[in-house]
Amino acid sequence: MKSIGLYIHIPFCCKKCLYCDFNSYENKEIYEKQYIDALIKELNYYINQGIYSFKTVFIGGGTPTIINPENIARIIGTIEKNIEKNAEITIECNPDTVDERKVVLYKTMGINRVSIGLQAWQDNLLKTLGRIHDRKDFIESLNMFRKHGFTNINVDLMFSLPNQTLEMWEETLNNVCTLGVEHVSCYSLIVEEGTPIYQLIRTGKLRIPDDETDREMYSMAKEILERYGLRQYEISNFSKVGFQCIHNLIYWNNEEYIGVGAGSHSKINKIRFWNYHSIEEYIVSLKNNKLPVEDSENISSKEEFWETIILGLRLNIGLSISEINEKYKIDFIEQYRNTLNKLIRHQLIQVRDNRISLTDKGRDISNRVFVEFMD
Amino acid sequence: MTKDRQKYIRNFCIIAHIDHGKSTLADRLIEKTGIIEQRNMESQILDNMDLERERGITIKLTSVRLSYKAKDGEEYIFNLIDTPGHVDFTYEVSRSLAACEGAIVIVDSTQGIEAQTLANIYLALDNNLELYPVINKIDLPSADPERVKKEIEDVIGLDTENAALISAKEGIGIEEVLEGIIKYIPHPQGDEEAPLKALIFDSLYDSYKGVIAYVRIFDGEVKPGTIIKMMASGAEYEVIEVGTLRPAMTPCSHLSAGEVGYITASIKNVRDVHVGDTITDAKNPCLNPLPGYRKVTPMVFCGIYPADGADYNNLRDALEKLQLNDAALLFEPETSAALGFGFRCGFLGLLHMEVVQERLEREYNIDLITTAPSVIYHVVKTNGEKVEVSNPTNMPSPQEIDHMEEPIVEASIMTPTEYVGTVMELCQNRRGIFKDMKYIEETRAMITYDLPLNEIIYDFFDALKSRTKGYASFDYEFKGYAKSDLIKLDILLNGEIVDALSFIVHREKAYARGRAMAEKLKEVIPRQMFEIPIQAAIGQKIIARETVKALRKDVLAKCYGGDISRKKKLLEKQKEGKKRMRQIGSVELPQEAFMSVLKLND
Repeated sequence: MKSIGLYIHIPFCCKKCLYCDFNSYENKEIYEKQYIDALIKELNYYINQGIYSFKTVFIGGGTPTIINPENIARIIGTIEKNIEKNAEITIECNPDTVDERKVVLYKTMGINRVSIGLQAWQDNLLKTLGRIHDRKDFIESLNMFRKHGFTNINVDLMFSLPNQTLEMWEETLNNVCTLGVEHVSCYSLIVEEGTPIYQLIRTGKLRIPDDETDREMYSMAKEILERYGLRQYEISNFSKVGFQCIHNLIYWNNEEYIGVGAGSHSKINKIRFWNYHSIEEYIVSLKNNKLPVEDSENISSKEEFWETIILGLRLNIGLSISEINEKYKIDFIEQYRNTLNKLIRHQLIQVRDNRISLTDKGRDISNRVFVEFMD
Repeated sequence: MTKDRQKYIRNFCIIAHIDHGKSTLADRLIEKTGIIEQRNMESQILDNMDLERERGITIKLTSVRLSYKAKDGEEYIFNLIDTPGHVDFTYEVSRSLAACEGAIVIVDSTQGIEAQTLANIYLALDNNLELYPVINKIDLPSADPERVKKEIEDVIGLDTENAALISAKEGIGIEEVLEGIIKYIPHPQGDEEAPLKALIFDSLYDSYKGVIAYVRIFDGEVKPGTIIKMMASGAEYEVIEVGTLRPAMTPCSHLSAGEVGYITASIKNVRDVHVGDTITDAKNPCLNPLPGYRKVTPMVFCGIYPADGADYNNLRDALEKLQLNDAALLFEPETSAALGFGFRCGFLGLLHMEVVQERLEREYNIDLITTAPSVIYHVVKTNGEKVEVSNPTNMPSPQEIDHMEEPIVEASIMTPTEYVGTVMELCQNRRGIFKDMKYIEETRAMITYDLPLNEIIYDFFDALKSRTKGYASFDYEFKGYAKSDLIKLDILLNGEIVDALSFIVHREKAYARGRAMAEKLKEVIPRQMFEIPIQAAIGQKIIARETVKALRKDVLAKCYGGDISRKKKLLEKQKEGKKRMRQIGSVELPQEAFMSVLKLND
């Protein structure tokens, strides 16, 4: 059996946030049943091959917690036999979409990790982002998960938000840490073209902090989270010892995974493929007993090598030089001597214990570092 | 008989300021004489290059032969010879004028005489041309023909009693102009029996026929089979074809005294056909060539480099092709540490330079990087040796230099009196030496300054226009070389000299220019992985410093399964952008950096 990661996409949301450009839709709940049927069909396709076991399962969205928990149970039921013992099974949730019954059911079906999207502590900021919950909802749902025995909880936070000050960010970090979580993801807001917030910022109706402030917020996050025992292990991720997200590590280690559901990406056997983004196309395809794959690409070893570098360097632990040399039959240091020297001279990377990793400065401008390794 | 034939020929050109209606009047004359049907006529056919049409100016001149049935019942031949309307091409203009007996002087009745018109009028008078004043745009509400007439009389001393009042745009008064041409412009009086004497006033390269020489026959005749000799270049050829321009090339049996037409003779090299040279019959040559011939010498130089080094050969081919039609364009290979392989190019002036650059980019699709324009400096070394320097990189070291000389031009600026102060201030800022000021009329003045050419080649014309709301006009003429305290200013990025950014400047201006350059570069150089000091230096001495701060943030916060392809595309795009940058030592310099320094405001 091949031990891989499994991503399951639930594309429904009560309301799309103003910054969101993910594959999620509001007012499409009428498709819920058909979508789950399709999802199960797709899952069965992979299960029936009989060659995959799942070391991690990640149910993401959208908002997976807005759908009927029985449907989550059906999904888990379908893959149960292929889930490895002690596998990490995560569900993403939004604070105001869970209740006691859902939480109990999640626990019963074996979900052992929760990722809560809080984003900001201040209700006015949440409103600016178009989020429908408030801080109180967050505290309640966190308590609910704790009460029912969830011991591995992540909170998603965002900085560089419109109208956000350093003080607000500090307050967010301190309060979340005081409540106590095992894992925190901190994302600098990415203003994507085509989102409502992009328009608001472009037309000057909203203002986001400049790059200097952004980096101040970032280093503040590193400092405060560290103080609470949450160590940075990836550009945007922090955890207590033993609580790194195993599922996401699969991506960064450039390992294999299957993604099911609308718009999901898979990478397996040096092929990357992805599903139709639209819920309707996805459903129709499976109804006709066709895989909902929109397109695929072969990953050449050169590309895979580069992907390994740009993903691996996201991790604080960095890349093992000997592993790379072995896997790609090269002498990495020799081949990139000039590039490495330049990056070391500018204090963007460090080479230590046979590993190469980004420095703090290198993380701030990691794209520039990655481009240096591209031929 | 001979004299009779020439009685029905009129050779003339049109002198006008940009926008005063030269091309429109030419169109009307062509229309009225009916050689081109109106519907086939692209507007302003004499300006046949796109670029000219866009800028509304004529660069490459052309001539056209028209037939006009006059009111006296006779059929006349009009040869309208177009002239380029820019200061860079003074010599070409003078040769076109020399091919004519007269000139129509168009003055805009809403504006009056401009510097350029006046300069060309003086050229016409030098060539003994009869001037026929035409006052245009009389249909406009702001037209003031009486004032303009008075101005013409006062300034040029031209009798305006016979001046035509027209609107070329509306087609008013065109007949009068046609009749006026017959009446006021003299007919040629060449000697048909004398040895061939013809003036080359333009040339064009055709890939089938070779170089086509546009000529005015003064004496004798030329026909296919004649062995001709270019008196200045010494080249000899057998004529293949002669003909007239209507405006398409129309072959005929011969061209005789008084006529205007073209000659082809399988001439491969445009350099054998100099504008201003005299063509004669090799077997029966005339005694003396026509006066006024001058070898064209470039005044302004710059480095032209392909943005993508792989385009080097394409650039060379393109320059060679342009040169076929443009004997004034010079180029030779050069290399720059910053820009790689390219060419040092010489031009008649700034406009000529811009035209060539634009044609290379537009017609040949080559992305260019050009260095700051330079002039030719004379350097007298301490050992007495005299060298010419047009590329700052080749300037000898300061201890080797005894003194330097720079080219000076006499600039005439015509401006409404309210801007006299600002214009003088501008000239003063550009190290000008005041020569003269005349009031042309109550509201307009003509100011004359001696200006160093290197002060004009930056953005003098733009500065003049913006300071006078576009009302001032400007013309210049090379005067000579003068001793000057010049130094080489270097720009250092991250401690390294960028040769392509060095330039030669007067000592007094070095500080200001150095500062302005550093500031401008700070604006155009994007933040990079590290801080970049920008320094302006004279020798070892740093005179200005700016810093491009290190990039603070370039990171993709989120990168999970589905983000990876997207992230890869993003980085590939970034890599592409990086490729378009010039790597100077450890610094990446965008192409605009080289251009932007040409436009420094002062």
